[in-house]
Amino acid sequence: MTQNYRLDNIGLINRDKKLSFKFNGKNYFGYEGDTLASALLANGVHLIGRSFKYHRPRGFFGAGVDEPYAIVQLYRNNETEPNVKTTEQELFEGLEATSVNCWPSVNFDIGAINNFLKIFLPAGFYYKTFMWPKSFWYKVYEPIIRKAAGLGVASIKHDKERYEHKYEYCDLLIAGSGPSGLASAYAAAKNGARVILAEDKPRFGGTLLTSEVNIGNQTGKEWAENIISELKEMPNVIVKNRSQVFGYYDHNMLVMSEKLSDHLPKTKEYHPKQRLWYIRAKEVLISSGSIERPLVFGNNDTPGVMLSSAAKEYLKVYGVLVGKKPLIFTNNDSGYETAIEFKKNGVEPIILDTRKEPNSEIIEEAKNLGIQIKFSYVVVAAKGYKKVKSAEVAKISDDKNELGILENITCDCICVSGFWTPTIHLASQSGNKTKFDKDIDAFVPGVSKQSETTLGAANGTFTLAETLKDSFNAGYELSKKITKNDNKILHPTVVEKNKTTHDKFWCVPLPKGKNYKRFLDFQNDVAVSDIEIALKEGYRSIEHVKRYTTLGMATDQGKTSNLNGLQLVSNIENKIVPEVGHTTFRPPYTPVTIGAIVGREVGKHSRPTRKSPLHSWHEKNNAVFVDAGVWLRPRYYKIGKETLFEGSKREAKNVRANVGVCDVTTLGKIDIKGPDAAELLNRVYTNAWLKLPVGKARYGVMLREDGIVMDDGTTTRISENHYHMTTTTAQAANVLSHIEYYLQLVWPELNVNVVSTTEQWAGAAIAGPKSRNLLQKLFPNIDASTEGLPFMGYMEADLFGVHARIFRISFSGELAYEVNVESDNGNFMWEKIMEVGQEFKIQPYGTEALSTLRIEMGHIAGSELDGRTIPYDNSLEGLVSKKKDFIGKRSLDRKAFIAEDRQKVVGVVPIDKKTSIPEGSHLVKDAMAPIPNPKLGYISASCWSVEYDNPFSLAILKDGKNMIGQKLFAMSPLKNKTIPVEIVSSHYVDPKGERVRS
Amino acid sequence: MLNIKCPHCGMRSQNEFSYGGDATIKRPELNKEVSDQDWDNFVYNRKSLRGKHKELWQHISGCRQWIKVERDTATHEIFKTVKAHEDI
Ligand SMILES: [Zn+2]
Repeated sequence: MTQNYRLDNIGLINRDKKLSFKFNGKNYFGYEGDTLASALLANGVHLIGRSFKYHRPRGFFGAGVDEPYAIVQLYRNNETEPNVKTTEQELFEGLEATSVNCWPSVNFDIGAINNFLKIFLPAGFYYKTFMWPKSFWYKVYEPIIRKAAGLGVASIKHDKERYEHKYEYCDLLIAGSGPSGLASAYAAAKNGARVILAEDKPRFGGTLLTSEVNIGNQTGKEWAENIISELKEMPNVIVKNRSQVFGYYDHNMLVMSEKLSDHLPKTKEYHPKQRLWYIRAKEVLISSGSIERPLVFGNNDTPGVMLSSAAKEYLKVYGVLVGKKPLIFTNNDSGYETAIEFKKNGVEPIILDTRKEPNSEIIEEAKNLGIQIKFSYVVVAAKGYKKVKSAEVAKISDDKNELGILENITCDCICVSGFWTPTIHLASQSGNKTKFDKDIDAFVPGVSKQSETTLGAANGTFTLAETLKDSFNAGYELSKKITKNDNKILHPTVVEKNKTTHDKFWCVPLPKGKNYKRFLDFQNDVAVSDIEIALKEGYRSIEHVKRYTTLGMATDQGKTSNLNGLQLVSNIENKIVPEVGHTTFRPPYTPVTIGAIVGREVGKHSRPTRKSPLHSWHEKNNAVFVDAGVWLRPRYYKIGKETLFEGSKREAKNVRANVGVCDVTTLGKIDIKGPDAAELLNRVYTNAWLKLPVGKARYGVMLREDGIVMDDGTTTRISENHYHMTTTTAQAANVLSHIEYYLQLVWPELNVNVVSTTEQWAGAAIAGPKSRNLLQKLFPNIDASTEGLPFMGYMEADLFGVHARIFRISFSGELAYEVNVESDNGNFMWEKIMEVGQEFKIQPYGTEALSTLRIEMGHIAGSELDGRTIPYDNSLEGLVSKKKDFIGKRSLDRKAFIAEDRQKVVGVVPIDKKTSIPEGSHLVKDAMAPIPNPKLGYISASCWSVEYDNPFSLAILKDGKNMIGQKLFAMSPLKNKTIPVEIVSSHYVDPKGERVRS
Repeated sequence: MLNIKCPHCGMRSQNEFSYGGDATIKRPELNKEVSDQDWDNFVYNRKSLRGKHKELWQHISGCRQWIKVERDTATHEIFKTVKAHEDI
């Protein structure tokens, strides 16, 4: 197939490398260096999709980031991506794309029927039509609307691509590599500044690639190429193409997305698809250029109507003619540049200029080339459905209100230029209060808010000479401020054709008796009439008009439509644009892949995985792991085909009968040193700490200032001024911060130091009636008797040549010890315990057995200390000192906390002694009571009691202390269960606590 | 993302810090009578200011020091940062 619209000798594409691709199932080819848009246009394809609301045919409007219509569903390497702009997607071998938003096909679209139902879908249509009856919304309206609307389809598969994040610091970040970006980067880099230059397109140079200008003795394009190659060689400069600075955040933090692989058929192995850069810049230079504004006329959304600058770019960069009979419709000199390029390449354009008698060098040139120009002429409407076939044109009166006789001009494209809108998004995001510039009918940045400077067309400067002068100066001055260097570059001379002023006219009136749709927002199908309706209905704020009509709310975020929308509102309201104000620019400037935002923090990498030093032993011994906060802990050690229930029951039984060993390394550990350490503990914990002797441990509970239990654990006095605190695994970090807060801010007079030692110690809990025999064998030189090492006692000893700490503390309720050694010796300790313990039938036990053991003993843990309970609720009131003050004490006499029927922890047993009660079940008096059934309490933890061989749960129950013996119902609507239960003491096993003291 | 100058470590990104609330709140002294109102003011009542706000941050992934920061809650401008024991 030949490319009928491709020229032979112009453009920056590589004609030696042909690439084949598919669009809507049909095969085409293009060249390396094409975008999907340019390749399709080269093949004469103008129909690309259907519009959002009316399903009108859609073609190409721009050639870059501003493209409102030409978006496709892209297929690459067995993945699919929705809403890809064809104007940004570079062509690669084997690319496949399909139209979005049309069914059953782009050529025959059933939804287009909407277009003929005149009353259908005006502004606010959804709000007005689908409001009543209310019950219809979810079941009827929403599903239909969702099916009819919507653009592409997101993949539901896991994204296999890799996305990276990078942090970078620089003196100057320069967004955009057009003339202003290049000049400022060059001047700053030559003056020693660390520069990052970012360009969103594959090619550097911006408008220099398409304008006929000379800088020094080079063409604009040559100059750009030379500057870029020089910059790339400089060690203080990072030059990035395919990189869009999309967000300007606080304190000069900017975020840039770099597309490394989107232009390749497949991402290289171990390479990222995209990289998100977080850049903290000392100074930011915004050289993001400007976007051409559309002119508004009847059926101006017909495929073939496009921006004149886009037509020029397709021609000069890609060697593609967007038409062979172009009509140029302009209100300024830019349209002439496009016309001249057509003419030079053998195509006869016709120019319609809204102005009466403009005069400039470029207009002269067009006249000298013999281009047909019609002054005071406008396009009234485009004719043709799927493609422009002709234009209805007319002369327009000097006051722009009266149209002359309608004439017809045959054409195959209409290139429009309504002057230029500076791209002020980044400046506005930084907090810059933008101001309206009447000369260019657009907003420009005002006073800088953060350290940002806007240059060139983005600042409303449209001549190259002025742009380069400003940019060289800015690059030099800003770099000088930072580097204190003084190397100034000589400004090159510039040759460019002068231009004259534009016409403020941009919206063609409707001829009598015609009701053409004149579109403002091409992606969301917002027409002039929609804005008129919104204003008639009383909407005034531009933010409201925007939301009511959806103007500027599509994926292009109104890059081509916002300003015309504002102009229209101000015209109708008889206001000037700055009074109407513009809607807020928010990041991102262009859509950003969620994967890039998430980066590598997906799945298992969404947070760090912490492993105990004994992890590999657990793995070798068939541990089934469970996430405990950020830690991986053995849940049970599987033997054969054991289930969790069977395995954990076996392990827990063995603890009750013989001895078990559990990895408790994950417990938080804080080392506390200093002469005031005891005083600190006394203030942090609810119980008394001043008289704890050296060599003894004590259990403690700490509160938040609001009286809620924060954490519990044991603290041991190692020596006179040295304590070892343990916290729960989950609260370790919070407790450390909490203590640091009081030491640094509230009681700085306390002479104490705290430091986390969680990672420094490996811990093993040895529990069960035979644990003393085991301990004695492990440490033959100590007196392991209850006199030698009593309950809550502590000693240091030698474990086969390794220093160890021994704590006689118990979580399981059995006679138990915790042995700590330095982490590096953890594995040695564990293997010794297992080896010596064989004779006592030792088995390792995991967190499930650990839970079982503590639940049936009525020991509270994280599921009871859930941020809603006070000491009393957990039956810990005995540990609350009446004599001394401590953190949170004053809150404990709050009315609700001392209520007679205050909630309290209780035990719960199913009446049938068989049915396990789901955690989270609610306790109610009457299972048949109407909903909402008054809740008396909730199940906090459940287990299978190995002592009694029946289910047992803990619950936090209203008036718990008077409820023992009561019969209630545990209801779990989630599991659809209603279980009759009896309330018993929370201390189900060994209520007097004799075992731990044995 | 804010850029906060830790008085101990220098300029660091916000993601090294954790926020700690109003820096002007004084904890009532231990072992002293505190009225319900004063205690409520200490534990619960906070102003949600628009404008200059003196607040605490902890350099949790750095030196672990609590610091005081004066920041505009609307613009995020940071005027001053001082060490825990210094007045702001
Ligand atoms: Zn610090």
